[in-house]
Amino acid sequence: MKKLLLSLGLLLSFYSVYAGGYRVATQGQRALAMGHSGVAVVNSAETAFFNPAGLILLENDLNISAGVTGVFNSTSWQNPATGQFSSTERNVSTPFYLYASYRINEWLAAGLSVYTPYGSRVEWERDWPGSHLVNEIALQAIFIQPLVSLKVNDYISVGGGPIFVTGSVDFNRNLTRSLVDEAGNRANVEINDSGITNWGWSASVMFTPTEELKVGFNYRSEIMMNARGGDATFSNVPNSPLVPAENGVIPFNASLPLPAEWSLGVSYEFSEKFMATVQVDRTLWGVYESLDISFPGSDIPDAINPRNYEDSSIIRVGGQYKASDQWTIRAGYYFDESPVQSGLFSPETPRNDGHGFTGGFSFEINDKLAIDAAFLFLRFSEVDESYDAYVEDGVEVPFEGTFKSNAFLPGIGITYKL
Amino acid sequence: MKKYIKYLAVASLVFTSCDPEFNDSVESGDFYTAGEADFSNFVSVGNSLTAGFADNALYIEGQKNSFPNIMAQQFKRVGGGSFEQPLMSDNLGGLLLNGNQIMDTRLVLRVDEQGNPGPSNLSGTPTTEVTNSVHGGQLNNFGVPGAKSFHLVAPGYGNVAGIQAGAANPYFVRFASSDEATVLGDAMEQNPSFFSLWIGNNDILGYATSGGVGVNQQGNVDPEDYGPNDITDINVFGSVLSTLTETIASSTSGGVIFNLPDVTNIPFFTTVPHNPVPLSEDLAVILGANFSAYNEQILPGLVQQGVITQEEASLRQVNFSSGEGNAVTIVDEDLTDLTNILQGPPFNLSQQQAQTLGQLRQANENDLIVLPAANFIGSQVEGGGSTAVNGVSVPLGDQWVLTPTEQAEIEQARVAYNSIIQSLANEYDLAFVDVDQLLQEVAEGLPTDSGVLTSEFAAGGAFSLDGVHLTPRGYAVVANRAIDAINEKYGSSVPNVNPGDFRTVQPSNN
Repeated sequence: MKKLLLSLGLLLSFYSVYAGGYRVATQGQRALAMGHSGVAVVNSAETAFFNPAGLILLENDLNISAGVTGVFNSTSWQNPATGQFSSTERNVSTPFYLYASYRINEWLAAGLSVYTPYGSRVEWERDWPGSHLVNEIALQAIFIQPLVSLKVNDYISVGGGPIFVTGSVDFNRNLTRSLVDEAGNRANVEINDSGITNWGWSASVMFTPTEELKVGFNYRSEIMMNARGGDATFSNVPNSPLVPAENGVIPFNASLPLPAEWSLGVSYEFSEKFMATVQVDRTLWGVYESLDISFPGSDIPDAINPRNYEDSSIIRVGGQYKASDQWTIRAGYYFDESPVQSGLFSPETPRNDGHGFTGGFSFEINDKLAIDAAFLFLRFSEVDESYDAYVEDGVEVPFEGTFKSNAFLPGIGITYKL
Repeated sequence: MKKYIKYLAVASLVFTSCDPEFNDSVESGDFYTAGEADFSNFVSVGNSLTAGFADNALYIEGQKNSFPNIMAQQFKRVGGGSFEQPLMSDNLGGLLLNGNQIMDTRLVLRVDEQGNPGPSNLSGTPTTEVTNSVHGGQLNNFGVPGAKSFHLVAPGYGNVAGIQAGAANPYFVRFASSDEATVLGDAMEQNPSFFSLWIGNNDILGYATSGGVGVNQQGNVDPEDYGPNDITDINVFGSVLSTLTETIASSTSGGVIFNLPDVTNIPFFTTVPHNPVPLSEDLAVILGANFSAYNEQILPGLVQQGVITQEEASLRQVNFSSGEGNAVTIVDEDLTDLTNILQGPPFNLSQQQAQTLGQLRQANENDLIVLPAANFIGSQVEGGGSTAVNGVSVPLGDQWVLTPTEQAEIEQARVAYNSIIQSLANEYDLAFVDVDQLLQEVAEGLPTDSGVLTSEFAAGGAFSLDGVHLTPRGYAVVANRAIDAINEKYGSSVPNVNPGDFRTVQPSNN
């Protein structure tokens, strides 16, 4: 009987509430169309996100950029050993951005950014074979950031500002691979918290040695999202003292890091019409070592879940060509290295290394207003992977199989300048 | 804004149709091969084990975890069709006949007020009415709980009028095509392309679980004479199995046939030890005094008179001591009946004493005590006074104990049945599952993807709370063995399941 108790006692080891390897990089249609490179590019208020030091370099006094992207991502999984197959629902999530800057004088500009760099959503078929790891996860974090941009001299400008984050998390999974209630329904937990807030900051520098050449560097700090007293809702749990949970809602605490990232890039204007840029991003995912969830005031043991993410890099290249007075076309590519280690490949962040192919355009309706469009196709190669950290009765039970993902991200926005 | 909405709508249409596709998809139809088998219409014939019976009941969740249904889901990768089962009305289990409950709800693992877990019926009233026929249309699972070999070919086994007399089976009544239908006939009506056949367990199990109160019917070839707890004659079994196998095998692309496990290593017989009785010092002294004259004078006297052998006298010694580990007392009808002799000189015992001692002995490690005795041993005999304790001063009746003699009768029949099954498998070139071997492995500890599966009651994971039938995880292991045997015989490559995806016993205080 002890064995039964033990196996049920372990049912509350949670697996990531966090879409780690899926940082949704859609913070500007113009940059996105060029492989999401913008740290060394100054062409609209989008620079408020990529490199706020560039805001003072914008030609106009008032600059506004806003946009939204539809994220259509899907992952399929199969296990040839068992013939099992499943794929995620194609839910659309819609990260958005709004940037505005105003030049106060020749050397100082102020700005405001609102953007959603984390907005992933993964929904597997309910009770699918990996449902003990995740059925569904939805994470949203809205970043609100006042900015200043300062021109130090003809060559160097700096920028930055504090970031206020408000976020929400929704995560659903089954308690174990096989626990059911008296009616045969899989025992399930859903944790949910919103209004999670915290502060961070970003700072950047732009170096303009010649008219044609720009070098940019941007740093965004780590922000720890501390969920305190959110709702953990247990359902379909059999009525038994042998199961250390019962149906109903109890509070949970958890801390989720939004890791720091830095970007370094260079852009060069080969002609009036043609500009190209190269950039490297480094996301300091190493901070995400473990996800710990506690249930204060209940007997349910803390859930300690190793993650052991590694810092990862993204290489981006892009270019734009001004085809006419009205049309500017852009294209780009990036290579996205996954922070997820082999053997800890969890289906809530089913991301291996990815290749992003981007394109887009701007159409100037008039001197003030332009429409920006971008398209990203994110391609992942098929990968045989496993998540080995799930333990049942003291035995590691790897969840393994072949994963294949892709994502389509069409986006549209406007740029306004005065 | 309108433009944006339209754009997204179009995009949704385009992008939702672009699921990532595997280079080699398990769903493609050619990832796995069916070999020489045709899995398009899989039909299973058998007893409770085929039906998905567990926890002493048939209920929807158990049926969905029946081993043939688990197999059928895997067959879908190699051209298998849907697998229809005569599903019960609920997850409680139990049956109503004309509104009266005739079968109990299923067992769940309940924790009592002292914190001790044990099997107990899930509360609620069954809703499955036997007379509400579910016959009609496609049906693939012809597992009938309680069916013995000859029942599968017995007309009238699905006639509601025969239930009371024991000539019909309420589970078959639910889906029989007519009053005179046979299980085999109805199964063949489905035009199976592939089959499973696992039958014969109940031909010995009723005798075993009843502690051997039935009759060993060897030599009696008329099953109409048999009671529910009897052992079926080997020739009857052989003839029925031949009919079944020939009928099904001749019109299908193939099938899988299962042999019969040793009943003596299932938890129903291995959970209650022969010596579970704790005694207080006072009671041990009283009992010791009661039996001292019997042990030291009466038994040697009987040996001297030549009534019993020295060997039997030793077997009949009754010893109690304070503390744990006292063997239960039992009635063994294979002992010499001393009731009359003890009432005469020189013993001159009272009739009551003589009857108690008539065929009494203490159990030893060769006896198997049935699971339901767990709650009976040590209970007070009603109106019998403080020293009248069941299994101690009042011996356990025949129905609580399977003695070595009874075990030998079962084993003799089982070995014969199994050799019949094995030879039919060879004759019809069928896939063969050695369940006997498999459950032997489980008894010793079978490693699976979720730890070691054993036959320990409740905690071992393989056996459901009735101690006889399997858990969903146990059935999954059986399904895997069957799939392996089929793959080997037919050159197919049907994938296995992960047993850990299937539950073990159900905890519940409902």
